[in-house]
Amino acid sequence: MEVNEKIAVDHGLKLDEYKKICDLLKRVPNLTELGIFSAMWNEHCSYKSSRLHLKKLNTKGKKVIQGPGENAGVIDIGDDDAIVFKIESHNHPSFIEPYQGAATGVGGIMRDVFTMGARPIANLNSIHFGSTQHKKTKNLLRGVVKGIGGYGNCIGVPTIAGQTCFDQSYNGNILVNAMTLGLVNKNKIFYSKAAGINKPVIYVGSKTGRDGIHGASMASAIFDDKIEEKKPTVQVGDPFTEKLLLEACLELMSDKSIIAIQDMGAAGLTSSSIEMASKGNLGIELHLDKVPCREEKMTPYEIMLSESQERMLIVLENGKEDSAKKIFDKWNLDFAVIGKTTNSKNIELYFKKEKVANVPIKFLANEAPMYDRPWKKTKLPQKIKFSNNDFKKLKFNDVIKKIISNPNICSKQWIWEQYDHTVMGDTIQKPGGDAGVVRVHGTKKAVASSVDSSASYCYAHPFTGGKQVVCEAWRNLVSVGAEPIAITNCLNFGNPEKKENMGEFVECIDGINEASKYLNFPVVSGNVSFYNETKDKGIKPTPTIGGVGLIKDYKNLMSMNFKSIGNLVLVIGKTEGILDQSIFAKVILDERKGPPPEINLFNEKNNGETALKLIKEKLALSVHDVSLGGIMIGALKMCIAGSKGIKFNKFKDLINIYQYFFAEDQGRYIIEVDKNNLKKVESILKKSSVHFDLLGEITDKEIIINDELTFTVDKVTEFYKGWLYKYMS
Amino acid sequence: MNSSVIIFPGSNCDRDMDVALKKFGFKNKMVWHDDDKLPKSDLIVLPGGFSYGDYLRCGSIAGKSKIIQSVIDYAKSGGLVLGICNGFQILTETGLLKGVLQQNKNIEFICKNVFVKINNSENKFFENIDRDILELHIAHNEGNYFCSEDELKSLEDNNQIAAYYCSSDGKVDDRSNPNGAIKNIAGIFNEKKNILGMMPHPERMIDQSLSGEDGSIFFENLLKNLK
Repeated sequence: MEVNEKIAVDHGLKLDEYKKICDLLKRVPNLTELGIFSAMWNEHCSYKSSRLHLKKLNTKGKKVIQGPGENAGVIDIGDDDAIVFKIESHNHPSFIEPYQGAATGVGGIMRDVFTMGARPIANLNSIHFGSTQHKKTKNLLRGVVKGIGGYGNCIGVPTIAGQTCFDQSYNGNILVNAMTLGLVNKNKIFYSKAAGINKPVIYVGSKTGRDGIHGASMASAIFDDKIEEKKPTVQVGDPFTEKLLLEACLELMSDKSIIAIQDMGAAGLTSSSIEMASKGNLGIELHLDKVPCREEKMTPYEIMLSESQERMLIVLENGKEDSAKKIFDKWNLDFAVIGKTTNSKNIELYFKKEKVANVPIKFLANEAPMYDRPWKKTKLPQKIKFSNNDFKKLKFNDVIKKIISNPNICSKQWIWEQYDHTVMGDTIQKPGGDAGVVRVHGTKKAVASSVDSSASYCYAHPFTGGKQVVCEAWRNLVSVGAEPIAITNCLNFGNPEKKENMGEFVECIDGINEASKYLNFPVVSGNVSFYNETKDKGIKPTPTIGGVGLIKDYKNLMSMNFKSIGNLVLVIGKTEGILDQSIFAKVILDERKGPPPEINLFNEKNNGETALKLIKEKLALSVHDVSLGGIMIGALKMCIAGSKGIKFNKFKDLINIYQYFFAEDQGRYIIEVDKNNLKKVESILKKSSVHFDLLGEITDKEIIINDELTFTVDKVTEFYKGWLYKYMS
Repeated sequence: MNSSVIIFPGSNCDRDMDVALKKFGFKNKMVWHDDDKLPKSDLIVLPGGFSYGDYLRCGSIAGKSKIIQSVIDYAKSGGLVLGICNGFQILTETGLLKGVLQQNKNIEFICKNVFVKINNSENKFFENIDRDILELHIAHNEGNYFCSEDELKSLEDNNQIAAYYCSSDGKVDDRSNPNGAIKNIAGIFNEKKNILGMMPHPERMIDQSLSGEDGSIFFENLLKNLK
C-alpha cells in the first residue's frame, strides 16, 4: 500500500508532521515506517507538548541516583540500598475496559520498576471517577478496583496506599494512575542504554498478538477489508506471566550478562528497540520473523506496533545466549534472539529476508516534534466573603455527618480490603493511614509512600494547586515519621491544543517546581497524560504526586490513631479560617468559587520539620496532617483510628466556629501529647516559631464540642465507614 | 527440624513462609515444582499464591505437577503437610483433603484480619497450644469452603475440622464468617490429622509491627511438638 497524506492523518499525524517525515527521509515512508513514526511522534511517546516545560522541573538532589529519562527514578536510602519508583497513567484504556485497563496499568508500572533490576515491594494507586450520581461510576469503580487487585494480588506485591476521588469532571474520563516502588542494590541497577556493536538483541516474555495496535487513531484503510481481524484496542493482562517474567529477569540479572533492558510498554517493540539504540547512539537490526507470535500471518507493521503485555527486550553480552535461555526455559517463557546492535545508527527491519524498514534513529527520537503551545494564565479568583448569615441555619451535628460521610472524605476500606496489602510480610502501615509503609526486608529501615492530588485547588488556581499537591505529599510522609526524599508525578490534563488546558499544565508545573525546590523534594520520574477530554469537556487539571520517604528505624513509625485517654491534642500551624475551595464550602454552602488556600513554603517546611523533631524525640504520640475537611475531619479520623473520643476546648477564637473547624489552611498537623510533656513540646514549638493551638483532650468515646456531646466515636465511625459499602452494595 | 516449602510458578507467599519457618528455628529448604524428589523433611509446606496463575481452577494444575506425587507419598506415609491458602486449595485438588474452595460469597477478594477458633488440638499442629482463639490474616478470592453433607458429617464425626472463623470472643456465627464457608470452616485435617489445610496466613503475623503476632504462637508451638 502506498502511503499518502490521508493515511498519515489516519495515523494521528498532522500534515506538517508528515511533511517533515518525508523531508527527513527524502522519500515517502512505507507503511511500516509510517507506523513507527506515528508511534514515536505521538504525544505519549514524544512528550511533544510537554517536553519544553518538563525541562524546568527540579530533578537533582543528593539522594537522587537516577532522575527522569529512564524506566523509573532511583533514590539512595543508605547502605547500598536504593528505591526505584514511578507513577504512570492508564486513563483511556480504563474507561473503555475498566478491569483490563487498570490491570495492565499496574502490570506496566511494575515492569518499569523490575526492568531496572529492582524487586517491586509496594504498589499504590490514585483513581478518579465521575460524580457518584453518574450512571457509569459504580461499574467503573468496581471494575478498576478488581483490575488493580487482580493484577497486584496475583504478582504478590502489596498495595499499601492510595487515593480515590469523585468529581463530575471525570464523568467521561476516569483517571487510573498506578505507582510501584522497588528495592535494588545501588550497584546493581540496570539501564536501557545499549552499548557495543553486534550484541544480540533478545525478546523474552509473552508472545506478540494483535492486541493494542494503535487504538483509536488506527488507519481505517488497513482494516476495512479485513475487519474480522480487528481486535479490541485495550491490551489484556496476564499477571501470572508477569510474575514469571519478574522472577526470570531478576534471576538473569544476578549475573553480568545484561547490557541493557527495556520493557515493551506503549508502542511495544518499536519504542523499546529505538530507545535502547538511541540512548547508546547505535543502530539496531531486527528480524521480525523471529519474534514469537501468538497469531498467524502477523505483518511487520503489526509486530512493531502491538502492545501485547508482559514482554521485554534485552541487549545481551555475546556468548550469554544459552545460559540466559536456560533461565527463561525454566520459567516457561519465550526467548528469542531477534537481532543485533549495529553501527549503522539506523533501525533496520527484516521480514522473510526482505528489508522492510530503514530509518535513522535520530529522526525518530531527537527529531521528534516539540511544540511551544500557546497557553493562558489563570487569574487568582477573588476571595469569597462569607458572612455569619451563611452559617446561621446550620446545625453542627448535621454538618459533621454530611462531611465525614462525603464520598471524597469517607473511608475507602471497601476498596483496599480487595487489595492484598500484607503479602511479602513487611507492611507496617497498611492503607487508611497518611502513607503506606513497608520495611526494607531484613533491615531496620522502612520506606513510606503516599499518593495525592488536589484537582479542585488546581482548577481554581493551577500555580497554587501545583504547590499544594507537593506539600500534601510531603506532609503525609512527615505524619508517619518519614523523612521525605523525592517524588514522582503523573500529570493528567485535558487537551494541550487548547490554551486554557495548556495554561493549567504550565502553571501546575511551575507550582510543583517551586514547592519541590523549596522542600528539596526533587522529581525523579513521571508521566504525562493529555487529551483527557470527552465531547469537548476536559477534566480538571489533576497532577498526581507520589512521594517517597525513609524511616531509619521502623520502630519509630508514627500513626494517626489516638493512643490514650487524657492525653492532650494540639494543632501545629496557624488557622486563619480559609473556607474557599474547602469541602465545607462545596458540600454545605454549595460555593465552588474562590482561590485555593495559600501555600507558605517557609511555614510548610518549618512546621513539617518541627513535627518530625517531635516524633523523633517521642513527644508526639500520634500525628495526622490537616487536609480536606479541616481540623474537625482530621481530629475525627484520629478518633476513629484509635477508637477514642475528644473533648474540644471551649471555643473562643474570633473567627466563626465553622471557619475554625472546617477551614483548609495549609501546613498544619494535629498531634497527641502526654500532659507531662506539654511544657517540653511548647518550648520546642516556640523555639522553632511554630504557631500552635491547644485543641482538646482525648476521651473514652465521646466527641464533645462547646461542652455538648455531638456523637460517640462509634456513631462517627459508622458514618465514615458505612457510606462506600452502602453505595457499592 | 527440617522443613521444605514447595515453589510453584505463581507462588507468592513462599518467601514469607521461608522467613517465618526460619525465624522460629526450622531449617528450611525451597523445593522447585519440577523436581521429583523431596529433601528429608519433618514438615512440607504448600505456600499461598496463584500457582500456575490459578488457571482452570485454583490449585488444579499444581495438583498435577511433578513434585506433587512425592508430596502425596510423603503424606500417605504419615509425614506432616501444611497447606496455607493456595496450598489448601492444592490439597483439596489432590484429594488429600475433602471438599472444595469456592469463590468468596461477596465475589470479592478479601484481605483482613480474622479470628479463628481451634477445634481440635489433639494433633501435631495444635497440641499444647495455649490459646484456642487466634487472630490471623486472610487474603484470598476463593476461600469459601464447601463439601457435601456426607463429607461434612464425616469431617465432624472424625473431628477433622481444624478451625472455625469466629468473633474476637470465640462466637462462631454468620457475622464472623468472612467468605461464606460452610459452618465457618477455616481449616481442615485429613483423617489421620497429619495434613492441615487452612485459608488464614500465620506467616504474615509473626511480629508486633505487622498486623499482629498470633502467627508466632502457631509456629512456636508446631516446632515444640515436632521436637
